Amino acid sequence: MSRKKLSRRQFVTATALSSAALITAPYVRGAYAAGKLSMGFWDHWVPGANKASTELVNEWAAKEKVEVQLDYITSQGNKNIVTIAAEAQAKSGHDIFQMPTWWPQANAELLEPVNDIMEPLIKLNGEVNGTVKYLGQADGKWLGVPASVGSQIKGPCSRIDLMKKYANIDVQEMYPAGSPPKADNWTLDTFLKAAEACHKAGFPFGIGLGETSDSVDTAGAIFQSFGAQLVDAKGNLTVKTDAVRQALDFYKKLIAFLPPDVSAWDDASNNKWLVSGKGAMIMNPPSAWAVAKRDAPQVAEQCWTHGFPAGPKGRFAPYLPFFWNIWSFSKNKEAAKSLLSFLSQPASIEKMVVASGGYDLPAYEKLTTLKVWAEEEPPKGTLYHYPNPYHHQTLSIAASPAPPKVAQQIYFQATLTKMCLRYYQGESMESTLAWAEGECEGFMRS
Amino acid sequence: MVDVTLQSNRVAQATRRRTGLRNALRRKSMVAFLMTLPLILLVLLLVVYPAFYSVHLATLNKPMTKFVGFGNFEFLFRRDTFWLVVKQSCIFAISAVVFKALIGFIVAHFVHNVPAKKQRKWRGMLLVPWVIPPAMSTLAWLWLFDPSYSAFNYTLGLFGIGPIPWTGDAMWARFSVILVNVWYGAPFFMIMYLAALKSVPEQLYEAAAIDGANWWQKIWYVTLPMMRNIIAITTLFSLIVTFANFDIVRILTAGGPLDHTHIFATWAFRVGIEGSDIPLGASVSLFMVPILAIAAIFILRDVTKRGNEA
Repeated sequence: MSRKKLSRRQFVTATALSSAALITAPYVRGAYAAGKLSMGFWDHWVPGANKASTELVNEWAAKEKVEVQLDYITSQGNKNIVTIAAEAQAKSGHDIFQMPTWWPQANAELLEPVNDIMEPLIKLNGEVNGTVKYLGQADGKWLGVPASVGSQIKGPCSRIDLMKKYANIDVQEMYPAGSPPKADNWTLDTFLKAAEACHKAGFPFGIGLGETSDSVDTAGAIFQSFGAQLVDAKGNLTVKTDAVRQALDFYKKLIAFLPPDVSAWDDASNNKWLVSGKGAMIMNPPSAWAVAKRDAPQVAEQCWTHGFPAGPKGRFAPYLPFFWNIWSFSKNKEAAKSLLSFLSQPASIEKMVVASGGYDLPAYEKLTTLKVWAEEEPPKGTLYHYPNPYHHQTLSIAASPAPPKVAQQIYFQATLTKMCLRYYQGESMESTLAWAEGECEGFMRS
Repeated sequence: MVDVTLQSNRVAQATRRRTGLRNALRRKSMVAFLMTLPLILLVLLLVVYPAFYSVHLATLNKPMTKFVGFGNFEFLFRRDTFWLVVKQSCIFAISAVVFKALIGFIVAHFVHNVPAKKQRKWRGMLLVPWVIPPAMSTLAWLWLFDPSYSAFNYTLGLFGIGPIPWTGDAMWARFSVILVNVWYGAPFFMIMYLAALKSVPEQLYEAAAIDGANWWQKIWYVTLPMMRNIIAITTLFSLIVTFANFDIVRILTAGGPLDHTHIFATWAFRVGIEGSDIPLGASVSLFMVPILAIAAIFILRDVTKRGNEA
């Protein structure tokens, strides 16, 4: 086997020529000159809604010369939060992760602050609501950018015909499409009377008292309407207060007018309740209405999404935002920030909201009156008041204003609905409160 | 001269090494070790490492920044919900294993007595619950137990019974999760017991019959003693799997109502993943270890004893 030898002179010549060529060659920008970026986005319920996000990401990637990898991660079976926990432990994974409600706070130490992009975005799109600030900020740092995708209000979705016939309430008149709500009389007392009337007529309100999100969110808004907090913003226990007692008394009356099996309801139960035509009202974003549009059009035609009833301390509606977050271990933070800024431009947000059929709700003040909500039908204007266009209700999340890491425990242990059930099932008020106080003490461990 | 000596030494050493390797490879134990090495590595990576990692997690504080020793366990011992979970896990696992063993034993006898030709079909059919992924079959059960549209309640309603709150009442919810677990796990017992039954020598039954033993006496004095080891091993295995169950409870009740169906794994998930308190979640799941270790020691000790007797 012959082997050609490279002389020292030849080696020096070749090296010099290659170096010269590299230095003098014109700079050619490759297709992915700005590196790689991976993102884990929430897999949308609404068929086709992911397409809008994919198109926007690809449009940005082509412009910025970034190679992108986009994974849609479902929240079915909590796959998204399991993935968040795994990536947080491994300190490796996607550059951007779309996190629901409590997770930016739970992973605050591992997230890149995004104040530099949030400030211009707020100037552009308007102020964000209080719940977004509560969940998205820690010590003045923005932990993520509020994502319109997946963010929702879980307000009442009423049956127009049944509410008119049995409760004598015209929900379309109370919340007219295209104009401000005339809901001064829409209070918790009116709501309770309507619940009783519809129950008597055989169409009870479908409000769950299980341990999943929908049940907890409704309880949270009702507790807040009474000013009832289990733990205050400073972390003090405030379980044994008159406000909490009033909220429990209200729930005790309400449960008597709900279907008998609500303690076993999960997040699908209320949807089924509405779609099957068995109930006059549920508390949900318009996903149940969207399913009814497909499976039971005669029910969908009678659905009207509107505001929450007001309590003694105000009108509160459950708002559950998603955030786009950049992990601190991301290797391309600048590209990630550029993408999030692009996705939060008004045109991008509108594209995503339209693709979701109006399900997604932007957190910004100026973006609650997009055309899609006025145009969705049947009946026309059914979603007009869904995004709270006149800001007549305070958007909140159950267990707030407790410090978020404590509130997350109250929320996921479903302490509020458990209190309501215990009290309804015959436990005394003081024993129920003592139990809840013990639970909350445990949640405060650090 | 010195160089030559050194070189010859090196050659001798290399030859010895090669021969040593060849000899080692020739040994059966070495070959067996090498063949199982991939599996050992897999077990180390996927079982041993996560186990030690979860022990490590259980010793950290909530933000995972400080070593707290047994602090998380001390905290758990003061929580009423934790003791409720311990109680429920024991009720769930023990009652499910007892019923699975009982049903498995009875069905195994029926199948054993079916003529050989038809036995295959029966075995296949009876194994169906065990071969369907439990996450899928539990979804079907969920629909059968659905709070508002239960197929069971519909059927019972035709006879004027119910509606029964299958997943809405603490007692019924416990019954439902145990029932599904028994449905899923009984075929495993059945197939193990069937194999054991087939290995019992026919002469023993003949001898017992000559001695005038009736059906029950044959079971008590022949079948059961011959099956003791397999019953013990199957019970232990099932106890471990049932204690660590997650999917059935998670899908059917998610621990409700009022935490009355939570077991270790579902509560660990609620606390650790949903509540973002991973050290506490790890502590909850590790609490299973001493319970199962004690059960394993008792059951396996008995098996070894019987082995020695034999």
